Amino acid sequence: MKKNNKRESIIIAVILLVVLAVAFYLDAKLPSYHIAIKVIKKAAVYSLVAVSMNLLNGFTGLFSLGQAGFMLLGAYAYAVLSIPVDKRAGVYQYFNGGIVKFSLPEVFSGILGQNVGSVVGMIVALMIGGLIAALVAYLIGLPVLRLKSDYLAIATLGFAEIVRAFFQWNALGPLTNGSNLLKSYPDLGGASSYLILIGLFIAIILLLVNSTYGRAFKAIRDDEIAAEAMGINLAHHKRLAFIISSFFAGVGGGMLAMYMGTVQALSFKSTMTYEILLIVVIGGIGSITGSVITSFLYIASLEWLLRGLDSGEFLGIQAPGLFKNGFRMAVVSVIIMCVVLFFRKGIMGDRELSDLLKSKKHTSKGGARNG
Amino acid sequence: MANILEIKNLVVSYGGIEAVKGIDLTVEEGKIVTLVGSNGAGKSTTLKSIAGLVKPKSGDILFNGQSLLGKSTDQIVSTGVTLVPEGRRVFANLTVEENLRIGAYLRKDSIKEDMEEVYKLFPRLKEREWQLAGTLSGGEQQMLAVGRALMAKPRLVMMDEPSLGLAPLVVKGIFEIIKEINRQGITVLLIEQNANMALKTADWAYVMQTGTILMQGEGKELLENEEVKAAYLGKAK
Repeated sequence: MKKNNKRESIIIAVILLVVLAVAFYLDAKLPSYHIAIKVIKKAAVYSLVAVSMNLLNGFTGLFSLGQAGFMLLGAYAYAVLSIPVDKRAGVYQYFNGGIVKFSLPEVFSGILGQNVGSVVGMIVALMIGGLIAALVAYLIGLPVLRLKSDYLAIATLGFAEIVRAFFQWNALGPLTNGSNLLKSYPDLGGASSYLILIGLFIAIILLLVNSTYGRAFKAIRDDEIAAEAMGINLAHHKRLAFIISSFFAGVGGGMLAMYMGTVQALSFKSTMTYEILLIVVIGGIGSITGSVITSFLYIASLEWLLRGLDSGEFLGIQAPGLFKNGFRMAVVSVIIMCVVLFFRKGIMGDRELSDLLKSKKHTSKGGARNG
Repeated sequence: MANILEIKNLVVSYGGIEAVKGIDLTVEEGKIVTLVGSNGAGKSTTLKSIAGLVKPKSGDILFNGQSLLGKSTDQIVSTGVTLVPEGRRVFANLTVEENLRIGAYLRKDSIKEDMEEVYKLFPRLKEREWQLAGTLSGGEQQMLAVGRALMAKPRLVMMDEPSLGLAPLVVKGIFEIIKEINRQGITVLLIEQNANMALKTADWAYVMQTGTILMQGEGKELLENEEVKAAYLGKAK
């Protein structure tokens, strides 16, 4: 076990470096609007949100569907805090330029210099978005976390819908711009910067999952009563998992806002949560590697590889009659059904990359189980 | 020796139904005490209220002279009382080692020695250290459940039906382990439907019926009692 650890770490480090090198290469070679860059950015953001959802649904066993709501909070926080001051009059044209009269990237630029300052400002704005999501998670967690399984899912789904409606309320216009778009805020940069930042966040979640807290979360998932009898405070740990998951969903929402360039409450529908849930389930409930890999596969095929199915030509086959709008989604549905049928526990089950690299002897996970 | 656990006039009800109707029970430190009785006698409820999993309606539970009432389960575990829940309830998707670590969740000190101690007591668990607990056999899972409870370094271990669903030979092994744990200075409060084995093992026994304590006495003494024989040991009067 211990002996293999070093070899595994080296292989994983090499894989990550190769991925990063490819991203740097693409950033340098391709224009920033190229589909490959777009796909990497969106998939990176989705993988962060999927991992945050997996922390809750896969590791702690709390079936929550509030992800889109927390992402919305993060997205709005990021946008509101980083729109440049001179563009605010234009963005908030119906609300006299809004009530927020500063922009964090500009504030930090003033202190730390143009380049570093604006990146620091953007990251601070993302963090504030995460913290707001975490705070809201704490508050709604007080009543909601008393519920179990499907009831929790319904309550959190309801929360996300309420948040979405609330943010479009005209009375909040000076802050949220009502039902109008928020735009003109800065983007962090190319695909590589997204990968680095999100890799960092996922690494933090990975450390958490493998810590004593992570073990307690898994114990709660496996058997609440036994976990309680072992002295794990259920309410406290569930709340903790919910808050941490929401924090990263908020950060992910902020980064999604960056990627999209505009924010509107309308786009954070429950379908977004279902998309992420789909990624978590297909990747494997309880596998961070699975969530990340599936995010990239899902986004790449949906946004790029299968596009041809909607526009008449796919893999060189010309069939304008068949390959028209909507056919792509039909194919995706069939693929998803196949995955669900043949990979009952998702692509990765509950294994991680490091489990795959281990010698067979030690990987009892995923093997035959008799309760 | 002093009484480590004292229960005074404990009443527990679920909804309107009283499962435990005012019982008094004492456990002397360093002894094995058993609570026998048929289904629905209120044995499990009694243990659960000691562990803080169920809130009693009235009465008092004193551990080492301090009341456990109103304390949460994690506080109770950290004072030195652990429960081995009924039906083993190991964490199926965690490895054996992780299960043991969960047992020591509230401890801040080093657990390495205790882990070795548990592995010495259960060599089978050492062999299966990296296996998922769900893949263990019933007997091994029971060993793990006991080992996990010991990792909390308790002064009092409460076991809820450790022999449930296990083969007779395995049951014998489990009772040997209970005696061994006791020899190491840990007080044991044991609930059993297997009254025969429990009474043979215990220093002191209580017989419970429909929420009240019917009689008490030394384990071996009760084993000879005609009423107990008829009701719980399947022997005619």
